[in-house]
Amino acid sequence: MELLMAILIGVLFTAAVYLILSRSLLKVILGTGLLSHGAHLLILTMGGLGGSAPPVLDKEATNFADPLPQALILTAIVISFGVTAFMLVLAYRTYGEHKTDNMNLMRGNDEHD
Amino acid sequence: MEFVLLIFLPIVAALFIPFLFKRMKRIHTGWFVLAVPLVLFLYYATYIPSTMDGGHAISELQWIPSLGISFVSYIDGLSLLFSLLITGIGSLVVLYSIFYLDKNKEKLGNFYVYLLLFMSAMLGVVQSDNVISLYLFWELTSISSFLLIGYWYTRDRSRFGALKSMMITVFGGLMMLGGFVLLGIMGDTYSIRELIASAPDFVGHDYFTLALVLLLLGAFTKSAQFPFYIWLPDAMEAPTPVSAYLHSATMVKAGLYLVARFTPIFAFSEVWVWLVTGIGLLTLFWGSLFAVKQTDLKAILAFSTVSQLGLIMSLLGAGAITFHSDDAVFKFAMFAAIFHLINHATFKGSLFMIAGIVDHETGTRDIRKLGGLMSIMPVSFSVAFIGSMSMAGLPPFNGFLSKEMFLQSMVAIRQFELFQFDTWGILFPVIAWIASVFTFVYSFYFVFRTFAGKRKEGQLPQEPHEAPVGMLVSPIILGVLVVGIFFIPNLVAKWLIKPAVAAIQPNLYSQPGDIDIHVAAWHGFKSVELWLTVGVIIVGALLFISLSKWQKVYGLQPAKFSLNALYDGMMSFSEKGMNRISRFYMTGLIRTYMIYIFAFISVAVLVILFTQDAFVVDMDSFAHIGVYSVINAVILLLAVCFVLLSKTRLAAIIALGAVGYSVALFFVIFKAPDLALTQLVIETVSVALFLLAFKHLPALKDHGETVKTKMTNGIVAIGVGITVTLVALSAHSQKLIPSIAQYYKDTVKTEAGGGNIVNVILVDYRGFDTLFEIAVLSIAGIGVLGMIKLRLGRKENSDENK
Repeated sequence: MELLMAILIGVLFTAAVYLILSRSLLKVILGTGLLSHGAHLLILTMGGLGGSAPPVLDKEATNFADPLPQALILTAIVISFGVTAFMLVLAYRTYGEHKTDNMNLMRGNDEHD
Repeated sequence: MEFVLLIFLPIVAALFIPFLFKRMKRIHTGWFVLAVPLVLFLYYATYIPSTMDGGHAISELQWIPSLGISFVSYIDGLSLLFSLLITGIGSLVVLYSIFYLDKNKEKLGNFYVYLLLFMSAMLGVVQSDNVISLYLFWELTSISSFLLIGYWYTRDRSRFGALKSMMITVFGGLMMLGGFVLLGIMGDTYSIRELIASAPDFVGHDYFTLALVLLLLGAFTKSAQFPFYIWLPDAMEAPTPVSAYLHSATMVKAGLYLVARFTPIFAFSEVWVWLVTGIGLLTLFWGSLFAVKQTDLKAILAFSTVSQLGLIMSLLGAGAITFHSDDAVFKFAMFAAIFHLINHATFKGSLFMIAGIVDHETGTRDIRKLGGLMSIMPVSFSVAFIGSMSMAGLPPFNGFLSKEMFLQSMVAIRQFELFQFDTWGILFPVIAWIASVFTFVYSFYFVFRTFAGKRKEGQLPQEPHEAPVGMLVSPIILGVLVVGIFFIPNLVAKWLIKPAVAAIQPNLYSQPGDIDIHVAAWHGFKSVELWLTVGVIIVGALLFISLSKWQKVYGLQPAKFSLNALYDGMMSFSEKGMNRISRFYMTGLIRTYMIYIFAFISVAVLVILFTQDAFVVDMDSFAHIGVYSVINAVILLLAVCFVLLSKTRLAAIIALGAVGYSVALFFVIFKAPDLALTQLVIETVSVALFLLAFKHLPALKDHGETVKTKMTNGIVAIGVGITVTLVALSAHSQKLIPSIAQYYKDTVKTEAGGGNIVNVILVDYRGFDTLFEIAVLSIAGIGVLGMIKLRLGRKENSDENK
C-alpha cells in the first residue's frame, strides 16, 4: 500500500510543480492546491498506513492508526486553506491592477531589479 | 577605576546629544560636547608622570572570553600620546566648530553624534591591546569618517568622497584583520603585548611576511600612503572642523600608530624596513609635488597632509633599522617620527582651521580668487604664517626641529649596510631633500597667495572680515604651541616623546630615561642638515618666485592616467560587471527562481539519499493493498490528469475538487475520521471560493509557452516527483528513533482526560501550535480583507530616481 501511495504522492508533486512553473497565474494557484494535497498524503504515508482502528481510545481497539501525523495534517489542512484563500484574492487583485495573468509580464522593471 | 570604560564615554555622551539638540535650542550643542574631550584630556594627562618613568596601566573588560576577545585598555607612552592628541585636538576642534557651524542651520545633532562616535573609536584603536577589538574600533573610525564626510549628504561630491574613503579604508581594514588573524595563529594569542614578547620566534614563519604585508595594507590605506592616498583629497568635502580633526590630526595617524605599535614584531624583517621607509618617502615626494598643483586651500592642505604622513612613515621605517644595527646614528629616526607627529598635529590643525576661517569669512577657498587678506584678517594671517613656516621647516617653529632630525636620519640611512641599503641608500636623502623643497614651496604658496599680494576686488562672494574671537581661539592655541615647542623641545621630549619611543623600541630602551637624545636648534656649521635646510630655502624661494611660470607643467598629465581615473574605472567596472552577472541569473521571473529552488531540492536530496545510503525500502513493513484504495487511487490519478489537461477554468476547478475529495476518501480508508471531515468541509469551501474568484479572472491561456519551456518544466517536475516518492519510501522504511505516538497513546487518558488522541494532541499537548495556527489564519483573513478593500491612490512618477 505504501508503495502505491508513494507513487501517487510523486504524481501529485509532479503535477503541482509543473503547474507552478507555468505562465498562467491560475495554474500556479491550482498547483499550490495539488502541492498541499501531496504534502498531506506524504506525512500520512511516512508515518505508516497500518492500523485497524481510528486513534480513539476504545475498550476493544488496540491497533490504532498513528495519531501524530493526523494531528499534523489537521493543522496543515487548515493552514493550506488560508494560503489558498490568500493566493486567490492576491490573484484577483493582481489581475485587477495589471490586467494580465501572465507571469512573464509580472516582473520588476529594469530600474527596480 | 576601570578606565577601559572611559573609551566608551563619548559614545554614551552621544546618546544624549539628539535630545539636547532638540530641547536646548538656545545653547549651541557643541558646548555640551566640549566637556567630554576636555574631561578625558585632563584625566589622561594624569598618566604622564607614570609613563615618564616607563610605567604602564592596564584595564580589562571581558567581551567574548571563550574566543580570547576582550576590551583591554593598555596605556603606555605611545597610546597615552595618541590619547592626549585625540582628546586635546578634539577639545579644540569642538570649540572651533561651535563658531563654525550655525546652530540654526546645521543638523548639529547628527554632527556631534558622529564626532563623539569617532572619538570613542579612535581612543579604542590606540588603547586596545587585543587585536580583534582594535580591528572593531578601526572599522568604527572608518564608518564615522564616512558619516562625517557625507555630513552634507545632499551634495554629490560629499557622497562620492564618503564612499571613496569608505571603500579604500575598509578594504585596508579587512586586509589588516587578515594580518591579525595570521598573527593570532602564529602567537596563539590576540594580545599585542604577548605577541611582542614572542615576536623573535615569528621570523621565518610561513605566515610572517604575509601577515606583515596585510597589516601594512591596513596602515597604508588609513594613513593615505601612495597609492591609496586618493581618498584623502576627496574627504575634504567634510566640514572643516572634521578635516582638521580626522583627516589631519588623528584618524589618518592611526596607520602610523599601527606601524609604530607593531614595529617590535615586524622590524626584524627586511621587507618591513624597505616597504615602510620606501612607501613613506615616495608618498612624501608625491604629496608635496602635487600639493603645488592644487588651487583649493583645503586640497593643498590635503596633499600636504599626505606628504607629511609619508614623512613620518619613512621615519618609522628608518627607526626599524635600530633592530638590525646598534649604530647611534639610526636612533634619531624614531624620536624624530614621534616628534614630527606631534608637531604636524599642531601646525596642520591650525592651518586647517585657518582655511576654514577664510572659507567662512570670504565665501571661497579658491586660491586664485584670494589675495591681500593680510590687512583685513591680521590674526588669521599670523596664525597661518606660523603654521606654514613650521610646515616649511623654518626656525623658530617646531617643524624646523623635527625636519632637521628627519634630514639627519635620511642622511644616516646611507651608512646602513644590510638589505642593499648601501647601494640604494643615496636615494633616500636625495628624495627627502627634493620633497622638502616642494614642501617649502607649497607652504609659501598657501600662506602668501591667500594673505599677501593685491586684493582681487569683486571676485569674493562676500565682503571679507576678521573671524569672531571664539573661532580664533583654537588656532591661536595651536599656533602658540607651534612656537612654544620650539623653545622647550626637551621638556616635550621628556613628557611625551621619550615614553612613546621607549614603547616602540623595547629592544633599545628599558625605560624612557635611557634615551640620550637632546634636541637642539643649533648643531654648528659643520652639520649636514643645516646646509640641506639652507639649500631648501634657497631653491624653494627661487621656485616659489617663478611659480606662475612652471605651475602649468601639471596640466600636462592626462586625467585618464591618474590614480583617480583608475579608482573610478575599477568602481564602474565592478558595478557593471556585478550587474551583468546578477542579471544573468536574476531574471526577475518567478518561474526561474522556482526552477532553481525545485532543481536544487531534488538534486541535493537525491545526492544525499544515495551517497549516504539513506535509500532503503522495506517491503515487509508495507500494509496490504485494499480494493477501495486502488479504486480511489485511480480516481485521484484521473482527477490530477484532468487538472493538468483541462482547457477551461471550470473543468480545472472541478477536477481539483475531485482530487480533494478523493484525498478525503483516503483519510477515511486510513482510519483518520477527523481528517476526512475537515478535508471535506475545507474542500467544499475551497471550491466555492475558487468559483467565486475565477469569475473575476481571465480564461486559461498558456501565454505562448513553447515546447522547450514545457519540457524544462516537465523535467524539473518529474525530478521533484521522483525525489518525493523515494523520500516517502525511505522515510517509511527506516525509523531511526521510535515514534512519540506511543507516549500519547499511553498518557492521553491519564494526563489529559480525553479519548480522541488526535483532538487531545491538538488542543492540549500542542495547544500553542493550534493557537498560532489560528493566528496564521487570522492574518491570512486580514490580508484577504485588506486586499479586497484597500485601494491605493495611483501615483504617476512615484519613482524618486526619475
